[in-house]
Amino acid sequence: MAGDATSIAAADTLKPPSTRKGVVGWVRANLFNGVFNSILTLVTLWMLYKLVPPLVRWAFIDSAWHTGGAACHKVSGACWSVVTQNFRFIIFGFFPYDMQWRPLVAMLILFALLFFSQNRKYWNRFLLYAWIAGLFAMGLLMKGGLFGLAPVDSTQWGGLPLTLLLSVFGLTAAYPLGVILALGRQSQMSGLRTLCILYIELIRGVPLISLLFMASIIFPLFLPEGVTINKILRAQVAIILFTAAYIAEVVRGGLQGMARGQYEAAESLGLNYYLTMRLIILPQALKIVIPPTVSILISAFKDTSLVAIIALFDLLKTSQSVLSNPEWMGFSPEVYVFIAVIYFLGCFSMSNYSRKLERELSTEEY
Amino acid sequence: MNEKAVQPSEDPDTDEIMIQMIDMHKWFGEFHVLQGINLTVRKKERIVICGPSGSGKSTLIRCINRLEVHQRGKIIVNGIELTNNIRNIEKIRAEVGMVFQHFNLFPHLTILENLTLGPVWVRKTPKKEAEETAMYFLEKVHIAEQAQKYPGQLSGGQQQRVAIARSLCMAPRVMLFDEPTSALDPEMIKEVLDVMIDLAREGMTMIVVTHEMGFAKSVAHRVLFMDYGQIVEENTPQAFFENPQHERTKLFLSQILH
Repeated sequence: MAGDATSIAAADTLKPPSTRKGVVGWVRANLFNGVFNSILTLVTLWMLYKLVPPLVRWAFIDSAWHTGGAACHKVSGACWSVVTQNFRFIIFGFFPYDMQWRPLVAMLILFALLFFSQNRKYWNRFLLYAWIAGLFAMGLLMKGGLFGLAPVDSTQWGGLPLTLLLSVFGLTAAYPLGVILALGRQSQMSGLRTLCILYIELIRGVPLISLLFMASIIFPLFLPEGVTINKILRAQVAIILFTAAYIAEVVRGGLQGMARGQYEAAESLGLNYYLTMRLIILPQALKIVIPPTVSILISAFKDTSLVAIIALFDLLKTSQSVLSNPEWMGFSPEVYVFIAVIYFLGCFSMSNYSRKLERELSTEEY
Repeated sequence: MNEKAVQPSEDPDTDEIMIQMIDMHKWFGEFHVLQGINLTVRKKERIVICGPSGSGKSTLIRCINRLEVHQRGKIIVNGIELTNNIRNIEKIRAEVGMVFQHFNLFPHLTILENLTLGPVWVRKTPKKEAEETAMYFLEKVHIAEQAQKYPGQLSGGQQQRVAIARSLCMAPRVMLFDEPTSALDPEMIKEVLDVMIDLAREGMTMIVVTHEMGFAKSVAHRVLFMDYGQIVEENTPQAFFENPQHERTKLFLSQILH
């Protein structure tokens, strides 16, 4: 090829060299480029051959789906019956059986609200009203006691609604609290700053389990006699306080990553501290830290399962109760696979959403 | 020089004082960066400050809108003395436009939003009106067609012109320029200087820290030379360049005018 004046003249019409080579070309370029990679590919293929067919046989071909516990012991594959037969208990816990449509409707309202909230197109005043109305409706459905709905004590709440309650409200409350703590830690006022540092370091120095124990066992000891605070609420507060400390540190990282010039440009326009933060600094800093923030939110979502330790019947605890029933003993893999799928759906949608948000907020594209 | 001078048809209005510094000192830790600055800037006056790096020229103009805090002496801007009173500081900042070496546009906002932010949130101008003003100034800096883009999509020269327009939207009484062309590629310097010359022609009070001596000759009423935190020499551009008094000024000029 001529690499001189002719190619310069044609430069603006030249296309980049084609990288598409068809299936064979792709396989050769990605799976068998070199001895080491070829060996890796072969080993991986062999392992898949050894693993996948037995797994499929266990999960689908030899499995039982709608039998009793006794019949299940006779099949060699998975006993999905443990999930199907106990489905309503795993999902709703001890909520009165014939009223379980109420948590179901509450969850559907929540999903609908989350569905609309994830699209920035709908971020307006009506969505706020919808959330307020939705929260009221969900509370009413869960608690009852009005409009002819029989009251249900919160000690009977459990399963998936409880997990969602703890995580959705835990995360949405922890996020702004974390941002405020991060700002406090950067504050010029030394008293406020010390307080925020103390809080963050104390909370981060303690495992969530110990906070939950404190909330459920030690905290009530300090309350005057006759005063009780709902156990779910106490666990909820513990989760919020815990998660907020971690979010605060991530947000602080984002704030420190901001160029000094952004503050100066905002200040030289006459913006005060509040407006500078709200309009200039936080939108940029929070965007930078979306990936680590979502990591924290995902792990906080999974950590809500620790409330099982203080005898709240969240999704994990209801599943474990099923397994302690003699009829279904020994089918823990099936139950845990089911729970894992539910948690995975939650975590995966969060992570997906964060990537979507990053894409939408990007201003670098040409 | 064959560059067309902007003035001196209208000499600055001698009565009205815009900025006054009286025996102003500043330290960065132990380092005495400004050592007794006395400076009076009248309305419509255009001042160019030059000097070697580290001489305190940027710090001096950053003190005017309190991006830096002075520790002794007085600074009076538009009749208001700069103290720790945050209300006064914000009032002064809204009246004083600042253009930075590195533009400092807000990368998460469009060009138009960059321009309307100050007027809408600080001056409480209705959004529609602010947008009209913004478009007027974008036209003026010849960049109106980029209004919906983000700063990251513009060249350095374009960004700096946007930064100038952003300051103008606040209808400032003074404009401060902190080495506005130092971070630009050579072919973009002229487009920014042209905008600044237009501004000078309209009678804006300007203090410009720059080493663009052509600009100083054609636009400035006074040129200040700073070294070691002091104003060493100050004169009209003609006298300053043709007959510098001070040894340090002569040395500096010989270094930059080769």
